[in-house]
Amino acid sequence: MTYMSRIITRLFAFLILAVTVSAAHAERLVIDLSNPRVEPVPLAVPSFVAENSAANEYAQQIAQVVAADLVGTGLFRQVSQDAFISNITSFEAPVQYADWRAINVEGLISGAVTVTDDGGVNVKFRVYDIATGAELGSGLQLGGTTGSWRRLAHKVADTVYSRITGEGAYFDSRVVYVSEAGPKDNRRKRLAVMDYDGANLQYLTDSSDIVLAPRFSPTGDRVLYTSYETGTPQVFLLDVGSVQRRALGGQDGAMTFAPRFGPNGNTVVFSSSTGGNTDIFTVDLRTGARARLTSSPSIETSPSFSPDGSQIVFESDRSGSPQLYVMSASGGEARRISFGNGRYGTPVWSPRGDLVAFTKQNDGRFHIGVMRTDGSEERLLTVSFLDEGPTWSPNGRVIMFMRETSGAEGQASLYSVDISGRNLRRVNTEGSGSDPAWSPLLP
Amino acid sequence: MMNMKKTAALLLVAGALSACSNADRFGNGGNGGTNGAGNGGIVAGSVNDPHSVAYFQQTVGDRVLFLVNQSTLTDQGRSVLAGQAQWLSQNPEYTARVEGHADEQGTREYNLALGARRANAVSEYLVSQGVSSARVNTVSFGKERPIEICSSESCYSQNRRSVTVVGAGIPTS
Repeated sequence: MTYMSRIITRLFAFLILAVTVSAAHAERLVIDLSNPRVEPVPLAVPSFVAENSAANEYAQQIAQVVAADLVGTGLFRQVSQDAFISNITSFEAPVQYADWRAINVEGLISGAVTVTDDGGVNVKFRVYDIATGAELGSGLQLGGTTGSWRRLAHKVADTVYSRITGEGAYFDSRVVYVSEAGPKDNRRKRLAVMDYDGANLQYLTDSSDIVLAPRFSPTGDRVLYTSYETGTPQVFLLDVGSVQRRALGGQDGAMTFAPRFGPNGNTVVFSSSTGGNTDIFTVDLRTGARARLTSSPSIETSPSFSPDGSQIVFESDRSGSPQLYVMSASGGEARRISFGNGRYGTPVWSPRGDLVAFTKQNDGRFHIGVMRTDGSEERLLTVSFLDEGPTWSPNGRVIMFMRETSGAEGQASLYSVDISGRNLRRVNTEGSGSDPAWSPLLP
Repeated sequence: MMNMKKTAALLLVAGALSACSNADRFGNGGNGGTNGAGNGGIVAGSVNDPHSVAYFQQTVGDRVLFLVNQSTLTDQGRSVLAGQAQWLSQNPEYTARVEGHADEQGTREYNLALGARRANAVSEYLVSQGVSSARVNTVSFGKERPIEICSSESCYSQNRRSVTVVGAGIPTS
């Protein structure tokens, strides 16, 4: 059984009735993501209470992962346990708000962990708004197997994030990417999948053939990628659980690459090169039916569906240099949306539908940027020798991408940045990595 | 001392192997050209055998360079390709696979398409010079296989290339 399916069948959640009386006035533990505070919100995440001895090893680790998730957003900072006046020794005991106010804590997460005889883990938690002296939302209990404890921790953090920001979260998610080794002129590449924070790494292919740019299905259980397995670049479909793969064949020797799923999970859009000309096509995974969407002599590649499936943003050099265009998902007339200086590529429609992330090359530097889907309000979020290939967090608030350093010793790494341009961070991977693709939030 | 001798012997063996074998997949062929010296004549398969792959690579020239973001052949490129076409007509048992490559300035996917354009420009030129299209196929490696790895124009100019790989067993699909 696979990692994901094993957990999906076992995770459960239910509400715990509040033990405290809600304060009448407004809760102030709130972060508006469209206008976030500059100073991170001070948060206390004491070690969770182990409610039986088997829970000891999980109670502290779960609290640590919850804190790491939240601090990693750049929206929070963790108040050191050394500063605590009171501690959480019982999940049910009333919170001493004054003790937390005295050390300037604004949010407190308390939790408790129980390990059952049949290898299950139950996590209970509550979120407290210290300023208002009230619980933020209700207590919640989550359950899963001991092997899924990290996912339970991410789900706790997701809930906390959503309650404080009022938006969807992204911690219980995975990233598929290309793990790299060796020098630039003999780089070995293989597909790898990991939790968004780098844990639970698993390789999906070996490095006998060049593999490029994996992309998750809308349900996160399948991956499209490009492989040189047959000698020429070809799009493959891989089942993450069984690691079974198949070529999306029937291309008459054409090179195919740049695949992405449509939001229905059945349509795949990709590029195909024949006679030196690259155009955009779709294929239906159920019927194998193909459709050509572009037919100009220029290069058309890097297509990405809008979340409602009605439109496709792509890259074309029909104007003389690579620029971004939007067309109907059935093809036809396209309108150009990028007009700034430089060359634009790898557009990706955000899961919220509001923005397109892209790679931009200008004056010998690369940027990751975002613009509205009509091309307005372009903002560049990063700059380096080589930044490329943005992918959206499930909530459309964070972008992960590849950064490669220059020169003979150049190496690729994964980075993430908030769409505000803040909180640029290197993503924890084992060795070098490129071409990240973020999964949807796991079920 | 013993170790050094062993290492030296291994290096000699390695050198001999690389001189005899075809250049590797991505055109990193040695520039030796002295193979067979002292044997007093042409050694089959060596660079001074005009029917050898080594001769094609080193004397005819297996690669053509391109300008930034371009797939148009230069005069120099056409001259090299005319020689390749001639060699292929004289060695009909060989087929050719044209690899298109790009430098690292550009996105992975665009460069795959650009490499395809370059490989196709070369393929079309070979065919225009009389090589049967059934003997030539193309593949793009985009920016995946540079031969020079510095991050400046001196390396980029060498990486924006096509490499014509000749072989008896290369499929023409």
